[in-house]
Amino acid sequence: MAVNDTLEGTHKIIEEAREQQPRINPLAPTVNDFNQELTTLNLGPTHPATHGIFQNILQMDGERIISGVPTIGYIHRAFEKIAERRPFYQITPLTDRMNYCSSPINNMGWHMTVEKLLGVEVPKRAQYMRVILMELARITDHLICNGILGVDTGAFTGFLYLMDEREKVYEIYEEVSGARLTTNMGRVGGMERDFTPVALQKLRTWLKTFPAVMQEFEKMFNRNRIFMDRVVDVGGISAERALNYGFTGPNLRAAGVDYDVRVMNPYSSYQDFDFEIPVGTKGDTYDRFMVRNEEIWQSLRIINQALENLPEGPYHADAPHYYLPPKQAVYKNMEALIYHFKIVMGEIEAPVGEVYHSVEGGNGELGFYLVSDGGRTPYRLHFRRPCFIYYQAYTEMVVGQTLSDAIVTLSSMNVIAGELDA
Amino acid sequence: MAEQNESIPAQEQAAAQDPAAQKNAQLLALLHRLFGADAFTDVEEPYGLLTATTTRERIHDIIAGLQQDQELQLNFLTTMCGMHWPEKEGQELGMVYHLHSLVHNVRLRLKIFFPIADPVVPTLTDLYSTANWMEREAFDFFGIIFPGHPNLIRILNVEDMDYHPMRREYALEDGTREDKTDLFFGR
Repeated sequence: MAVNDTLEGTHKIIEEAREQQPRINPLAPTVNDFNQELTTLNLGPTHPATHGIFQNILQMDGERIISGVPTIGYIHRAFEKIAERRPFYQITPLTDRMNYCSSPINNMGWHMTVEKLLGVEVPKRAQYMRVILMELARITDHLICNGILGVDTGAFTGFLYLMDEREKVYEIYEEVSGARLTTNMGRVGGMERDFTPVALQKLRTWLKTFPAVMQEFEKMFNRNRIFMDRVVDVGGISAERALNYGFTGPNLRAAGVDYDVRVMNPYSSYQDFDFEIPVGTKGDTYDRFMVRNEEIWQSLRIINQALENLPEGPYHADAPHYYLPPKQAVYKNMEALIYHFKIVMGEIEAPVGEVYHSVEGGNGELGFYLVSDGGRTPYRLHFRRPCFIYYQAYTEMVVGQTLSDAIVTLSSMNVIAGELDA
Repeated sequence: MAEQNESIPAQEQAAAQDPAAQKNAQLLALLHRLFGADAFTDVEEPYGLLTATTTRERIHDIIAGLQQDQELQLNFLTTMCGMHWPEKEGQELGMVYHLHSLVHNVRLRLKIFFPIADPVVPTLTDLYSTANWMEREAFDFFGIIFPGHPNLIRILNVEDMDYHPMRREYALEDGTREDKTDLFFGR
């Protein structure tokens, strides 16, 4: 039953959880010993361990959580409403600001949705470039998540190692697009510009040096006794419940379901690459951590293959009505100037139709449901944000566990407040 | 003999050319068999995704039936969202459901429309836990009411807001303010 965000519902869940799970210290006092004196604890809205701005009102029995009510919406920016008044290009910056740990994936997902609506065919080289950038984004997303999971268990070193690597990936983004965090790097029909030699050089250097750091990070954590004591059997969810909750991405795969949008509905040439889908067994925090680590290795495999087989040719489609012309051409060429003006002023008229397109985001299936009534702006745009979908399971996952378990569960779920609230 | 041998791969090729259309045809046949052909109107396939419109009286039974169906196992609720078409009289508000069979990789989009004066839709929280927040979101944005929902309160906006901001009549800026216009915020 989906009654977890009412107190009555969670009381029922805790009763069941208690029967199944033995207390850590059987001699510790129980609820009845204290005449059910409970503590209400506000975890968040602003707390370093909540990784963003959302609140959990927890009812505590000593150190154990017996129920919780999550409150979100603190950074809600009404992206769906704003998108109804903006032409397609002006929506790109909005998508950047959803999951800001992997903004290229959001970007590309949005552009692919528009391309599907407009019927624009993207050349192979641009598709491979997108794959490289999306996998880099996935790696940085997982690096942040796993690095901070280390911090939340008291291990700061791993975080420093990984942040350093993330900075190097950001330098690659900077070479490709000029921006580091909110990259805005795709265009309808392909990429804004080709990879520069410097960007390729930086990428190749990083691909050589990163595996050693990653190995060291894994050595530090994977079989670390203290770390495992904190995360094994913590915040678990069964495959059945995870599916019922609509989990996707690493959180679902940790529970043992090998659903990956890249394999099931390949987009942007993912069918050309050879990679595996790591799955866990128990769906606990440790499984989520390990699945993300393994996905980083798989992403590296994909990037290496894409870089090796990067096709020659144009990096954008020949679609002057939709693709922004190069700036140099705008200065010299009348047609380019006209198209530039029309695109920037939002004169592109889209066909009537509705599209659902999804990509495998850093933490699950990121879907765009776009309804067009033939105007210059979407009539309705709905984002299927994976964080929004699975944060509602948080209460069920932490009830019956201790407060410190709740912290690591939250960080291993990789809840990004920007995407949650959109 | 040789002709036969050649014709079989040709058929397979033709079927393989559009596997999505074939899957959609199978799915539609299943839907008609389970719920009757009269349950669905406006059946179309925009961009390869089977879309059908049904009524709010039937939507709960249909989604429950699809969840339990062993043949197609359409048991993953990808997303649901509300929408508002003010010019469609008597059908101003709508809900759109995206379902997915992870086993057979088939997607289905179901839609329902109903009058804005009576925005009541059966809840899916008894079938899918994930429907909980999605329905709260639809309530918050569009004012769609889901009887039977365990906790139907606003989710992303503040509690004391007295309107549903995603309805088309509300301007992009704060709908209650009169000192600002929409003039300079997009077109």
